[in-house]
Amino acid sequence: MSYTTITQLSQGLKDGTFSSRELTQDAIADIKSRDHLYNSFITISEDLALAQADAADQRIAAGQAAPMTGVPIAHKDLFCTQDVRTTAASKILENFIPPYESTVSQLFLNAGAVTVGKTNLDEFAMGSSNENSYFGSVKNPWDTKAVPGGSSGGSAAAVAAGMVAGATGTDTGGSIRQPAAFCNLTGIKPTYGRVSRFGIVAYASSLDQAGPMTHTAADAAMMMNVMAQFDPQDSTSMQVDTPDYTASLNDSLAGLKIGLPKEFFEAGLDPQVAAATLAAIKQYEAMGAQIIDISLPNLQLCIPAYYVIAPSEASSNLSRYDGVRYGYRCDEPKDLMDMYCRSRAEGFGEEVKRRIMVGTYALSEGFYDAYYLKAQRIRRMIKNDFVKAFTQVDVIMGPVTPSPAFDLGSKTSDPVAMYLEDIYTLSINMAGIPALSTPAGFVNGRPVGLHIMGNYFSEAKLLNVAHQLQQVTDWHLQQPQSL
Amino acid sequence: MSWEIVIGLEIHVQLATQSKLFSGAKVGFGAAPNTQTTLVDLGMPGALPVFNEEALRLAVMFGTAIDAEIGKRSVFARKNYFYPDLPKGYQTSQMDDPIVGLGHIDIQLEDGTTKRVGVTRAHLEEDAGKSLHEDFDGMTGIDLNRSSTPLLEIVSEPDMRSAKEAVAYMRKMHAIVTTLGISDGNMAEGSMRCDANVSIRPRGQAEYGTRTELKNINSFRFIERAINIEVERQIDILEDGGSITQETRLYDADKHETRSMRSKEEANDYRYFPCPDLLPIVIDDDYINTIRAQLPELPDQRHARFMEAYGLSSYDAGVLSASRTMADYYEVVQGACGDAKLSANWVTGELAKYLNANDVDIDNSPVSAQQLGQLLTRIKDDTINGKAAKTVFEELWNGAGEVDAIIAAKGLKQVSDMGAIESMVDEVIANSPKQVQQYIDAEPAKRGKMLGYFMGQVMKASKGAANPGQVNGMLKNKLDAMC
Amino acid sequence: MALDNADILKIAKLARLQVNADQVDDYANSISSILDLVDAMQKVNTEGVEPLANPLDTHQRLRTDAVTADNKRDAFLAIAPKSEAGLFLVPKVIE
Repeated sequence: MSYTTITQLSQGLKDGTFSSRELTQDAIADIKSRDHLYNSFITISEDLALAQADAADQRIAAGQAAPMTGVPIAHKDLFCTQDVRTTAASKILENFIPPYESTVSQLFLNAGAVTVGKTNLDEFAMGSSNENSYFGSVKNPWDTKAVPGGSSGGSAAAVAAGMVAGATGTDTGGSIRQPAAFCNLTGIKPTYGRVSRFGIVAYASSLDQAGPMTHTAADAAMMMNVMAQFDPQDSTSMQVDTPDYTASLNDSLAGLKIGLPKEFFEAGLDPQVAAATLAAIKQYEAMGAQIIDISLPNLQLCIPAYYVIAPSEASSNLSRYDGVRYGYRCDEPKDLMDMYCRSRAEGFGEEVKRRIMVGTYALSEGFYDAYYLKAQRIRRMIKNDFVKAFTQVDVIMGPVTPSPAFDLGSKTSDPVAMYLEDIYTLSINMAGIPALSTPAGFVNGRPVGLHIMGNYFSEAKLLNVAHQLQQVTDWHLQQPQSL
Repeated sequence: MSWEIVIGLEIHVQLATQSKLFSGAKVGFGAAPNTQTTLVDLGMPGALPVFNEEALRLAVMFGTAIDAEIGKRSVFARKNYFYPDLPKGYQTSQMDDPIVGLGHIDIQLEDGTTKRVGVTRAHLEEDAGKSLHEDFDGMTGIDLNRSSTPLLEIVSEPDMRSAKEAVAYMRKMHAIVTTLGISDGNMAEGSMRCDANVSIRPRGQAEYGTRTELKNINSFRFIERAINIEVERQIDILEDGGSITQETRLYDADKHETRSMRSKEEANDYRYFPCPDLLPIVIDDDYINTIRAQLPELPDQRHARFMEAYGLSSYDAGVLSASRTMADYYEVVQGACGDAKLSANWVTGELAKYLNANDVDIDNSPVSAQQLGQLLTRIKDDTINGKAAKTVFEELWNGAGEVDAIIAAKGLKQVSDMGAIESMVDEVIANSPKQVQQYIDAEPAKRGKMLGYFMGQVMKASKGAANPGQVNGMLKNKLDAMC
Repeated sequence: MALDNADILKIAKLARLQVNADQVDDYANSISSILDLVDAMQKVNTEGVEPLANPLDTHQRLRTDAVTADNKRDAFLAIAPKSEAGLFLVPKVIE
């Protein structure tokens, strides 16, 4: 069933063209037969999925179906799912079965969606290529020599390969948008505080935000309608009404002011990616939009500031993995210190340990002001750039990544080179604004994404803008040739 | 050399909330291990804290009661360190922006003077769990029931100059928090714990000496002992030409010594940073003023009123206002019998004696304030005498029933019938010719004392029931008439 | 900012990560290169700029003081590496 959208599945279920059980069985069979090519799933929850599918079929038969009822999806293996192993792609949580459910996965259960399994990722969401997984690298369905992007690489590959029509991801510095761009998907990182973080294994709490990864903006809107709810269990969840994100998809873009920040098109950007991005943006002129040159002068600073703030928060967030209450404990610890140090050294992968050490250093006595506090001041400067820009324009557009998906193994030896991949995405998390990636063509057969950024809580506008592009282009309809 | 002692106290007060600081788990002492925990208190992956509004209210109430600056914007920070009873690997506390800033309290010294002690700050923080060192196959057991219990840490200025002053400060704090009702103040259950920073310096020297921190002192008695033994230790070291090491020391009540806690010392770098899972707490003047307006009568105010309204000595007023329950008890007794002095004598005397001997709190006293008031009323109206009243009190303590019933059952009603008393007096005089002669021979000034013998005989003859005042008067008249 | 091997060992101990002798150089190199990247911040003038801890710059919501949780001890202890008598067990803690 390779290319199918949530919209199509929802309609088919409603019309009785197929049952949720049939869809779910197909999806699981498909994953079992083809996922060895991509390694996008860590766990398949077949029994639970079939039970959910049967419940969905009953709900549909009773005329009580919600739009997502019966639609098979997958969750990034960072969302805690009750009775289903949740690993964060780490050895330290290899056998962790939570006795509780994340708010996001619970909302999908409430909506009647079927969860077929948990997708691969960079360990604890730390990475831009999905090569930092205890469960092995994920391959890009568009070219299995290429990375799918990260950290939500498994979700991206699972949707791109057509095994599920939609999946959840999380985005701390680009982890939804970059894999969406590399895999020709629509992926949105909502405003910080729009989607509950409760029950999502934390990487960097002030930056993490969950969002959907789908083929189309219309599908993303359907998933956002489920996910974007106020949650009293998350102190940073904002009490903002959730609009019907599907209702404004067809709004006219006449008069839309699109800002083009010059800093997004400077040295380091692959010229072909630049050309593809600009060509996509050009489409909007025909819809009556106006393109305005703007500047985000502190953009470059997002990399140093992010690589202080995210590791600092992570170093603290990951202290709970200590082998005491759950997760991996080393064999025969000789004392308490040995248990801590070996459980954590054996349980965490290299990149995770590196970031914990960077964060530990940045927060340590004598360095806090020069690193953490300095980074937070720069964070405000970056935010202020966006706040100012949105007094001039409605949305900002640019590339998602400097280049299309790179080859597996090409950047693993140099963490700094890998970090530079995130130059266009990090600043959005620093500012906390929403942004999405939508398909914008191909360079050498590998997809390119268009980055659309908006003001706080403007997700409906972003989806509207992406949807309108998808009405006049067919990049999002393309499938990998291997399918 | 003459040494001056410098003491500052850090008091941890467990706030009297129903649920925990950051979760909906029950707060309570003595439950089966780990039965009062949620995923938040256990530091499970994805768990998030949500702040308890009652803890805020109680902290602000305390701040207004000690005339402190209230932080209108206070911030939770993470204090990072590894310990098995600290589930997240950090304690959520307040560092730079505490809820309560500079304030002060007045303590009464033994010489009757009053001393003002500065309170540097008071901040909200979560408690850790407990490590149980009983042997479980050579391992330590971890109980996290106490994890995330709300604490107010009250830090004093180094204003105290003797162990007795430190005890007076602690007692006053105890009186304030129990009067406010922000804590049960139960030291045996750890609801109020104290760390003491102790240093000494040659009298007249302006700089402070090197201090040591004495941990977890859990009774008033131990504060004085622990400080004094630590001061002796420091004096011995300095007078032997040594120097004090800044360190944490544990007071061992059994061995009556302090000893170094090296485990707490190593790598003391807590890497504080603002907790990204919690946002700043912002309150306004209305919030503070509303709480201030609802403050109950504070111990100092009650002390003054007891002296003024009831004519009590400063000492009695101080003892009676030392806790809200004691002061409330006293006022009920006083109201019932109408005699402030008699009530004070009984509450600080007989009642206190029984409470101490049986290790019972006044709020659990088997003799209610109404009962004691009734008992004293019966002394006042001459139904019983003081000796009989003590018998009644003992019966009340043992749960024998109500005052009048006990008096009747025990035949304690005092004999005020002049005829009956006169015949007993005549009989005693007739049976004591030797003592009567001695009385007659004595100098008039010494006769008063000699009356005691006859009093004793008459009271014995009446089985203690004769009205001592009447007996005394009649004996004196009759004996003096014989001189 | 270049870290030497002693720095790495100190940080690793603070973070409770065992680092073997043959790994120290690698960590020193890679973490130093990350810190070089990060040090680009130092030449930025941030005077007068308030630190931003949270992107929304808003304040804490308060929870009503009510007990809302049931006792789920057994479910939590079932996934513990080692437990007994309702307790999580760890190697002996020496005070």
